[in-house]
Amino acid sequence: MTRSPEPDENSKPTSNIGGGGGGVTTAMRVIIPLQGVVQGRGGVFLGSVIPCALFYFLQLYLRRNRDDPRESDDRSNPQNSEPRDDSGSSGQQLAEIHGFHRTSSRNLLSPRSPAGRAYVSGRASVIAKSPGGSESPYYAGLRKASEDPYDETGNPNGIIQLGLAQNKLTMDLVKEWLVKHATEAIVGGGGDDGDDEHLSINGVSTYQPCDGLMDLKVAVSSFMSQCMEHSVSFDPSNMVLTAGETPAIEILAFSLADAGNAFLVPTPYYPGFDRDVKWRTGVEIIPVPCRSADNFALSITSLDRAFNQAKKRGLRVRGVLISNPTSPVGNLLTRETVYSILDFARDKNIHVVSNELFVGSSHGRADEEFVSIAELVDEVDKERLHLAYGLSKDISLPGFRVGVIYSFNDTVLSAARHLTRFSPVSGPTQHLLIAMLSDVQFVQEFVKVNRERLRRTFDAFAGGLKKMGIDCAESNGGFFCWANMSEWISSYSEKGELELWDKLLKTGKVSVTPGSCCHCIEPGWFRFCFATLTEREIPVVLERIRGVAESCKSQS
Amino acid sequence: MTESPSSEPEPPSPKPRAAAAGNGMRLVVPLQGVVQGRGGLILGSLIPCALFYFFQLYLKRHRSPKRPPASSSNPPSPSASSPNLGDLARTSSRSNLLGRGSIGPVRLSSRGMAIAKPNDSPYYVGLEKVAGDPFHRVDNPDGIIQLGLSENTLCFDLIERWMKENLMDSLMGGDGAELSINGMATYQPFDGLMELKVAMADFMSRVMGKGVSFDPSQMVLMAGATPAIEILTFCMADHGNAFLIPTPYYPGFDRDIKFRTGVELIPVHCRSADNFMLTVTALDQAYNQARKRGLKVRGILISNPSNPVGNILSRETLNELLDFAQEKNIHIISDEIFAGSLYGTTEEFVSMAEIIEAEEFDKGRVHIIYGLSKDLSLPGFRVGVVYSYNENILAAAKRLARFSSISAPTQRLLISMLSDTKFIEEYIETNRRRIRRMYELFVGGLDQLGIQCAKSSGGLYCWANMSVLIALYSEKGELELWDKLLNVGKVNVTPGSACHCIEPGWFRCCFTALAEEDVPLVMERIGKVAEMCKSGQ
Repeated sequence: MTRSPEPDENSKPTSNIGGGGGGVTTAMRVIIPLQGVVQGRGGVFLGSVIPCALFYFLQLYLRRNRDDPRESDDRSNPQNSEPRDDSGSSGQQLAEIHGFHRTSSRNLLSPRSPAGRAYVSGRASVIAKSPGGSESPYYAGLRKASEDPYDETGNPNGIIQLGLAQNKLTMDLVKEWLVKHATEAIVGGGGDDGDDEHLSINGVSTYQPCDGLMDLKVAVSSFMSQCMEHSVSFDPSNMVLTAGETPAIEILAFSLADAGNAFLVPTPYYPGFDRDVKWRTGVEIIPVPCRSADNFALSITSLDRAFNQAKKRGLRVRGVLISNPTSPVGNLLTRETVYSILDFARDKNIHVVSNELFVGSSHGRADEEFVSIAELVDEVDKERLHLAYGLSKDISLPGFRVGVIYSFNDTVLSAARHLTRFSPVSGPTQHLLIAMLSDVQFVQEFVKVNRERLRRTFDAFAGGLKKMGIDCAESNGGFFCWANMSEWISSYSEKGELELWDKLLKTGKVSVTPGSCCHCIEPGWFRFCFATLTEREIPVVLERIRGVAESCKSQS
Repeated sequence: MTESPSSEPEPPSPKPRAAAAGNGMRLVVPLQGVVQGRGGLILGSLIPCALFYFFQLYLKRHRSPKRPPASSSNPPSPSASSPNLGDLARTSSRSNLLGRGSIGPVRLSSRGMAIAKPNDSPYYVGLEKVAGDPFHRVDNPDGIIQLGLSENTLCFDLIERWMKENLMDSLMGGDGAELSINGMATYQPFDGLMELKVAMADFMSRVMGKGVSFDPSQMVLMAGATPAIEILTFCMADHGNAFLIPTPYYPGFDRDIKFRTGVELIPVHCRSADNFMLTVTALDQAYNQARKRGLKVRGILISNPSNPVGNILSRETLNELLDFAQEKNIHIISDEIFAGSLYGTTEEFVSMAEIIEAEEFDKGRVHIIYGLSKDLSLPGFRVGVVYSYNENILAAAKRLARFSSISAPTQRLLISMLSDTKFIEEYIETNRRRIRRMYELFVGGLDQLGIQCAKSSGGLYCWANMSVLIALYSEKGELELWDKLLNVGKVNVTPGSACHCIEPGWFRCCFTALAEEDVPLVMERIGKVAEMCKSGQ
């Protein structure tokens, strides 16, 4: 490492440094003319110092990855080789062969640093480090609440979870159905002859197509139509099933965009997209800000602005990812908006991914119309339309992990089918769901009751908040109240918002999702998931929120 | 290199890290002053250029073809390697600059397009063909018999009996019905329920024998061994890195590993003369060749018992592999998915976990893949296990499990099934016995036709040498025979070339999805094709 001061020998250490050797010399060629051009003193000085510094950084980098030969420690050799003598239990001959390998390996081993840890890929390190701890309040809140969950009798001082999008209102219906039909669904018709049963278990536990059984696709298609009140019919052959909506979104992102490309996503958006879309695919998300003044409705102007800004940054935009009903706000995209998004997509020649996860959970006024992207398919070139769906929300079975990709693009479907090998739905679950979703009476009843209960709980919860002076954004579907608490925050900024969030979590013992996690640009908005609450819990939650509210007011 | 920077005002101090940081700080500040002065325009453009250059260099570093051997602590002489390397770096940087595509019609990502292409590997072609015309003794006696999918249906009766008796209890949990629906329909940890991990750890120690114990906290559960391998690959290697993999190997690895991660597979050829046993010499050779190609090798992926051959790696080989991995500072992934499907009587299976527990190795580089698809013959359940000793990898894998988590009902079912020790003991025992019986029948049948199989002790298949039947001793000849077997003989087997075997004429035949009474029919069909081939010659 020590460099000789004589000019003649300078070149040697310099080029040693870049383990790859040659690149360094090329760099020299580039930089040397610099001396001739820059005649001033600074030129000579910098012309030599800058490359040197650069080499240093390069060298540092290389060193970190390649282990310093001089740091090697003989300690490792005895440690690694001695115990092996004991293991050579298969006679002398083997032990000798063994010995041979050991010596050869020792030679090679010595220049290696014993401390050299096995390499963890750069992308994995990013994932291992990224939010989960203190960084993202979304995950921090979820973790806190799961460590100390509220229970009316067992843990009345625990944290009430309003941060996880989950519907427990209709779980009793699902349970009832499962108790009645589960065995039959998985093992096959009880009381039939043995041969039929054999066939059935065969279908459950053997290899199945990774993209889902055709029967389940048919059942899911009809369930989706049911949720959309039969305004659309779905073709099961355009469908790919995955282990949850999370991989569905990832697979779409992977197939539609290359690493470094981008998707436009209207904000506020579901915090999980940051993981689903970006993590492994290397795709970026360009937020398209929506404002409370428009009740967070998407405007094409801002879409266009975001698109142009992305282009200026040199990013290639591959698509728009919309949620309809929106999450977390919960409003529906109007027919006009859906059309103009399609026009925009056609104009820019990009894809549209529509996440319609909450379509069956709409609880708002009946006069508002839900417009699925699948409905408009005849009117545009359908190659660019993709729909993501899942059974986590509308039939409240997030634990079952079933997601849907519905696309009109054969290439995307084919890629998605190949990729489902990495996230297939489990066999027993598929059979359970085939039976459950094919039970028309149950499904109709479920959707109806589910909507009623959602509406009731939403009214009770949002009404309670309103009494406290907290207004919620107008909402038509989903499990959330998107509440404006900006009056309560001490400073109108993300910091103020997070302070309030922290207070809600620690003092109020209520875990909610702050708007900043959803990339909302206006501070002070919070996502409350009311669908996990029982009727009796609502007053408890409201009381806790009121407590925090009062402490905020008294401070100001 | 004619001119060297003549004046070196500040010879860096011997401590590289501190010195560089110090230099950097001192440099950056005066630089601004100078940039604003006379040399500003030139420096202002040249410095970013230089920085960009080094960025390129850094990016392309993996590709630089000539790297000093790992053992030599002496730097290479600059004169030898500089000219051509310089050219190379320049070209690559130019291509990088021009690498922007043009605007076209609505397009998919290029990686999406690559994946969407139908796979023409005979492995998948055969599987698809069978799916279109599957053999059934009664309904479709002329259908194609599936010997290409390593699936075990020999013990379905046991599983079925258990499910009938216990399904409801396992899903609904008997009396605590409330609790159970909550634990099933709602969100669960993506990396698997702790209870299932505990049950799985117990099952694995039973299967791998000899009191190897597994720690549930080192386990991540996924929807099958396929995502388990992909996620491990993703965590260990960056795009463009490589894994060493002994051939012949399971054809699915080409998808599991390369599809999305961009990691390459370097085959390490094993030969019939060694009964396809892995040698460290071959490993070393492949490693060096990969390095010469400028690939960064991040790990070795072994299957034990190996798939498709079915032989077992000896304790000595495993030790040597660990030495090799340590010496090269790379990972080892040991795919032990067939650990419980043994039929050999002489050789014992040794898990990588046993070796690593018993001796002093750097555990952080060892990872085990397991699953229930083979040993418990539940491939439809999609349950895979990553068992690792590396905390960072575990942390990343747990996060990535969100993309392939196991359905909760399945988890509940398996918790009860795996915790039923009486059933499990009986199952493991019976399963081994039945596999052995099928193996003897099948290999015996092939033997009578004059087809020899490689010596093997585990797995659901045999590795048959049909090179006497092929017209041309080449991949083409092999595929002709495969085609004949499939279309004339109506038997789907996996040709060696799909497994990247370098010797033509080997075929993998999976015999555990057969009913015992169908074995004579299979032999008859293969025999017919064999006769055709012999008379044709």
